[in-house]
Amino acid sequence: MNAAAQIAQVKAPLTKVSMRNLDFFYGESHSLKDVTMPLYANKVTSFIGPSGCGKSTLLRVLNRMYDLYPGQRAQGEVLLDGENILDPAVDINALRSRIGMVFQKPTPFPMSIYENIAFGIRLYEKLPRADMDARVEGALRGAALWDEVKDKLHTSGLGLSGGQQQRLCIARSVAVQPEIILFDEPCSALDPISTAKVEELIDELASRYTIAIVTHNMQQAVRVSDYTAFMYLGELVEFGETDDVFNKPQAKRTLDYITGRFG
Amino acid sequence: MLSIEPSRRELNGAGDVSDIALEQQASQSVIVERTRVLARIALVDRVFHQLTRAAAVVVLIILGGVIVSLVHGSWPAMQAYGFGFLTSQAWNPVTENFGAAAAIYGTLVTSIIAMVIAVPVGLGVATFLTELCPHALRRPIGVAIELLAGIPSIIYGIWGLFVLAPFLQSHVQPALISAFGDIPFFSTLFAGPPYGIGMLTAGFILAIMVLPFIASISRDVFETVPPVLKEAAWGIGATTWEVMRYVVVPYTRVGVIGGMMLGLGRALGETMAVTFVIGNAHKISGSLLAPGTTISATIANEFTEAVGDLYTSALIELGLILFVITFFVLALARYMLMRIEQKSA
Repeated sequence: MNAAAQIAQVKAPLTKVSMRNLDFFYGESHSLKDVTMPLYANKVTSFIGPSGCGKSTLLRVLNRMYDLYPGQRAQGEVLLDGENILDPAVDINALRSRIGMVFQKPTPFPMSIYENIAFGIRLYEKLPRADMDARVEGALRGAALWDEVKDKLHTSGLGLSGGQQQRLCIARSVAVQPEIILFDEPCSALDPISTAKVEELIDELASRYTIAIVTHNMQQAVRVSDYTAFMYLGELVEFGETDDVFNKPQAKRTLDYITGRFG
Repeated sequence: MLSIEPSRRELNGAGDVSDIALEQQASQSVIVERTRVLARIALVDRVFHQLTRAAAVVVLIILGGVIVSLVHGSWPAMQAYGFGFLTSQAWNPVTENFGAAAAIYGTLVTSIIAMVIAVPVGLGVATFLTELCPHALRRPIGVAIELLAGIPSIIYGIWGLFVLAPFLQSHVQPALISAFGDIPFFSTLFAGPPYGIGMLTAGFILAIMVLPFIASISRDVFETVPPVLKEAAWGIGATTWEVMRYVVVPYTRVGVIGGMMLGLGRALGETMAVTFVIGNAHKISGSLLAPGTTISATIANEFTEAVGDLYTSALIELGLILFVITFFVLALARYMLMRIEQKSA
């Protein structure tokens, strides 16, 4: 392999997820239109765009959350490591164990902090007590929450602050050892300090996971993501490296949006 | 209000002196008018306050009145039998020898049977309706459950006596007897000839009667769970069972337990349907197939023929006991909820 090819290799990261001609329908309404784009392995990809443009819908396709609701359907292909996850034969529970999701509002389960983490692990593995303790600690450390909660592991997760709850949810996702983590506006309900912590965390997680994040905050997209997708009315308008999208956008609509002319 | 006036004047530019005087006069009359309105509002508020308080006090008075009259009415029986009334299963109107043990036993056992059947079924119905049911079926099934709650208990009684009891007698009870005949403990529970009527049949009827409460309350509280919380559980790969068991039910436990207690309260006090099918025998039997009686069935059956003060008084004391049992059940439920809350806090 010559030097140029090597450089190209470094520049073009591995594709973890590949969406091809993806369409999505909520009943009659056509909310994703022919989206084709990749998610690169161990990179953070942010999705920006005005409300209702299909960003969150796209995340919900990736872990097939839409399956829960009748009348919602997806067309096209979403290849995860080459396997089409839209195939009805795919084991949804197994798929969701590979793809974690963190929501806009913190969603701690009604159980103790420890159990919040152990719950997800127990779905897949039977661990002896000591190993479980280690896994829980590891997940909480991974979410930069351990020091704050180590003395109250067996109190309710609902007693934590909003920011702590959100990091608990991240820890819960991490504990299942997924390959991809989807963040759906994870900071929109958090104060600036908690937001900074979560962003820092996303940065760290990117070394181990493939990350997709929906955000309304363009500074956040710039801060945390390697790649940015700009969506508008269900269409993917622009996808590229974050620096390029924000500094020299190709499409006029992207330029208008990031300069605040609409949205 | 006055403090605002000068700034507004400044905004409007300086007015001349007469304007200012006029404005002051006008604002004076506004103040007077407002004070009057405020006084009226305050009066209405006070009346409202007193009315709501009166409504609350009425409840206390009624409750107190019921307790006092129950205690007063059962006083002769209490003096005659003392605490022995609770442990004796004698019930002999001729010799005026009464004891409540058989009725208490029957009340508790039939209610327990009812809850053992109705709680899992009710939670199952609620889960099906909120999570699994096709949308088109949701309303019909929901309405059917509410209709079930609306059937008068006398109809359950008739149906129980003429349809359910013969069915149990010819199909279910013989099967139970032969299935459990060789297993210790269970052989006692399901011993004896299949009478058809008896405590098991009463328990079945009660289960059907309390099922709608448990199912519809559980469904209502299950629907209050934020979808995103369930999605979070599904999002880490939980199955519907795991989502229900570990997220939905714990999240809604207060409401679910409330529904169960409402059902249990109804089961303990239900009279008509039970009276039809329980057999009305004043004796404690180890077998669920045997006839028995409950407190409310005894009272309903015998009040009209209760001659003699002691007989009447014994029946009233039964009523008092039922009241106390229900009170303790509710208190226990409250205590359980408090414990759960403390643990999760």
